[in-house]
Amino acid sequence: MARAVSTRRKAGYTIAAWIIGLAIFFPILWTIVTSFKTEAEAISSPPSFMFFQWTTENYSTVMERSNYFRHFWNSVVISLGSTVLGLIIAIPAAWSMAFVPAKHTKNVLMWMLSTKMLPPVGVLIPIYLIFRDVGLLDTKTGLVIVLTLINLPIIVWMLYTYFKEIPGEILEASRMDGASLRDEIIYVLTPMAVPGIASTLLLNVILAWNEAFWTLNLTAAKAAPLTAFIASYSSPEGLFYAKLSAASTMAIAPILILGWFSQKQLVRGLTFGAVK
Amino acid sequence: MATQHSRSAARIMISPAVLLLLAWMIVPLALTIYFSLLRYNLLMPGTERFVGFLNYRLFYENPAFWTAMLNTLLLVGGVLIVTVVGGILLAILLDQPIWGQGIVRILVIAPFFVMPTVSALVWKNMFMNPVSGLFAEFSKAVGLQPFDFLTHAPLASIIGIVSWQWLPFATLILLTAIQSLDSEQMEAAEMDGASPLSRFWYITLPHLSRAITVVILIQTIFLLSVFAEILVTTNGGPGVASTNLTYLVYARSLLNFDVGGGSAGGVVAIILANIVAIFLMRMIGKNLDA
Amino acid sequence: MGRITLDKVTKKFGDVEVIPPLDLTINDGEFVVFVGPSGCGKSTLLRLIAGLEDVTDGEIRIDGKPATDLPPAKRGLAMVFQSYALYPHMSVRKNIAFPMKMAGMPEDEQKRRIENAARALNLTDYLDRRPGQLSGGQRQRVAIGRAIVREPAAFLFDEPLSNLDAALRVGMRMEISELHKKLDTTMIYVTHDQVEAMTMADKIVVLRAGNIEQVGSPLELYRNPRNTFVAGFIGSPKMNLIEGAEAKKHDAATIGVRPEHIDVSASEGAWKGRIGVAEHLGSDTFFHVHDTGLAETLTIRAGGEVDLHHGDTVFLTPQADKIHRFDGQGLRIS
Ligand SMILES: Nc1ncnc2c1ncn2[C@@H]1O[C@H](COP(=O)(O)OP(=O)(O)OP(=O)(O)O)[C@@H](O)[C@H]1O
Ligand SMILES: [Mg+2]
Repeated sequence: MARAVSTRRKAGYTIAAWIIGLAIFFPILWTIVTSFKTEAEAISSPPSFMFFQWTTENYSTVMERSNYFRHFWNSVVISLGSTVLGLIIAIPAAWSMAFVPAKHTKNVLMWMLSTKMLPPVGVLIPIYLIFRDVGLLDTKTGLVIVLTLINLPIIVWMLYTYFKEIPGEILEASRMDGASLRDEIIYVLTPMAVPGIASTLLLNVILAWNEAFWTLNLTAAKAAPLTAFIASYSSPEGLFYAKLSAASTMAIAPILILGWFSQKQLVRGLTFGAVK
Repeated sequence: MATQHSRSAARIMISPAVLLLLAWMIVPLALTIYFSLLRYNLLMPGTERFVGFLNYRLFYENPAFWTAMLNTLLLVGGVLIVTVVGGILLAILLDQPIWGQGIVRILVIAPFFVMPTVSALVWKNMFMNPVSGLFAEFSKAVGLQPFDFLTHAPLASIIGIVSWQWLPFATLILLTAIQSLDSEQMEAAEMDGASPLSRFWYITLPHLSRAITVVILIQTIFLLSVFAEILVTTNGGPGVASTNLTYLVYARSLLNFDVGGGSAGGVVAIILANIVAIFLMRMIGKNLDA
Repeated sequence: MGRITLDKVTKKFGDVEVIPPLDLTINDGEFVVFVGPSGCGKSTLLRLIAGLEDVTDGEIRIDGKPATDLPPAKRGLAMVFQSYALYPHMSVRKNIAFPMKMAGMPEDEQKRRIENAARALNLTDYLDRRPGQLSGGQRQRVAIGRAIVREPAAFLFDEPLSNLDAALRVGMRMEISELHKKLDTTMIYVTHDQVEAMTMADKIVVLRAGNIEQVGSPLELYRNPRNTFVAGFIGSPKMNLIEGAEAKKHDAATIGVRPEHIDVSASEGAWKGRIGVAEHLGSDTFFHVHDTGLAETLTIRAGGEVDLHHGDTVFLTPQADKIHRFDGQGLRIS
């Protein structure tokens, strides 16, 4: 809105927005701050926000106690693997729906989304048993397969909404120019859709990174990602707030940093391509 | 733009996605239904036998089931109300001229990046703990009795935690939608003498309807299967006060190893999800085309 | 080489017949323009020829060879789209090279053709820019460049100038005409602008609701429109169509007189009326004359210096040998 706003009103809005923003962010900030305290300090009353002895001992303790890097690596492989696999399956599907719409395209899309509504518990037992029998339990491959299928509908939907913004005439032009379907998708569609694909990728990496039903139920130790690493802190053992905070910070930091650096794509992605 | 060529290509290209999802839907679904008709306990291998609808009857007669059903709906509904209303208000605020808007936006989105297990643990221990949580400290500071959130209001606490995780999402979508509102339309309404409240009611809100639909659709998908937050904070308790269907089935099948009973619960969860889905799809099918 | 034959070509979208069976021959080297009102099926017809849509029935032949079932890439045609349809992520050079790359042409040949095309189209300085950094006219030229380098059997244009402003449109119109003279390749050009049709075409195809109303050279259509639709569509301002008693006098259901074939006088003439709006363009003056008792409005084209104004009473005389007569079905009576 191009209009002059009085500085006083702007100041008012600014104060309100910052207070609310900081309040929403506070639990994260508090976790990070606590992770640098000693255990004693972490439960001291009244709590101190800034003026305490900063220490990194919790981080070393957490590292000793569990193999952070293995969990981290599992998370990376699982979230990135499932997203990339999902994209490879979803790009051709979304091309079909966006550029060769048939009578039932909308229904197919809705049906795909509805499979997302299939509650995981409803199918947990058979998947668990199948995985147990074929040896996929507690493997990264198993989780990649499950998470790909879980997120596929959302990936297809997001790509579909992004593809629909690309004028069909450009793809037709490439067809006139002699491009085969493969050329059309590789040389024309995909490069044009890079921003949308990036947003989709980011969002789904985050969803997969944070997925905490299948990752908790299908892993034990070997393939456990960070969600499981953190869940092992759920039963208290003595003084553990500072260590919990350190572990939490380590679990969420990769995604927070990723989010910080790719804010624009992410904001686009967070809207699932559904709102312009 | 469709020729026979491109139509058959389209059919081939969409089939991997469709077939995979179809398999993903049908195979486990069929197995779940099959298991739900068996007496099947992992602790007693070899004793499986067909028992018809017994598992369903046991599930149905179990008072925990109805509580879980109600809790599931309360959880979904509660979080939706908090996030949609909060999201609209927050989006309107963030749409105003603000110094440091970009930073505020990052602060507001941040909870979305936090994995459910972490946020549940942090809220449980560092905020809601009745002895040393921040809320307790705050109560003590103003001279009140600390409140034990997770014991006395477990479901409401979980609704609070989950809302905190999903508020960013709702806010962001609604903010994007508000920013796409044609400012001339607003100015025209202002010229016509519409008060801020009626401008909101007659222009902003209808404009947001599509975005609200998207928020409800996507959040419902995720909220129906909230699990980690319950597992980490209350384990469904006290009693079954914060058990939802997902957690109930988990407890039955993986904690009690009762595959038959758990599967019956799974089927019920699927039916519930389908009822909700039908409502949603009705609503969205209409709203998404616009 | 680029002789295109349509034999009973039919197109239905679902149950709606957009193109009823249609026959048309386009000769090698011809500049053919499809004109007609919006929604009459011009684009559809062009896309059928291009292979971007399937024909429902009938046959398309290119240079005598059946092309009905060939995919667009195999038909050897090039198309320039209304939106230009440039690849936004490629430089101008890459855009122009794309069809050659797809055809697997050797690099140095590609380079030679790009340079030739760029020189011909004044694009040499812009080869490394992205389409987003070009003006509308330049984008248009890139689209044409991309079409030329393939040396296609025929060029297809779908309203290529409609996104340009008026001055640029005149310039590009001439460039395309010149290009046609130079290349001597078949061109099929869709427009709803009858000025473009008149100035560029060797042959105009007038379409209405998917039917061909008339095919002929611009002057043929101007002189001998086959029916009232073509009469009204070709020529600007539109031909005056008069029904009733005055038409009866000429043994016709409708008579038509073009604005430029009516003489105007302040003192005497066959018809009498009152000037409504008078548009003085300098070179010409257009009078919109009311109250003649013949038609709502008659449009008259007079010299630039005629000193008549709004509200004046005028007398009009149609030139006897320039009166077109049509029967009850709207068909020309010769
Ligand atoms: N894909 C389609 N599905 C259904 N109907 C279509 C389709 N494409 C075009 N039509 C219909 O076919 C008719 C002809 O359309 P076409 O685009 O060929 O018109 P046109 O002469 O190019 O019009 P304009 O001058 O506005 O571009 C129109 O009535 C249009 O609604
Ligand atoms: Mg058209």
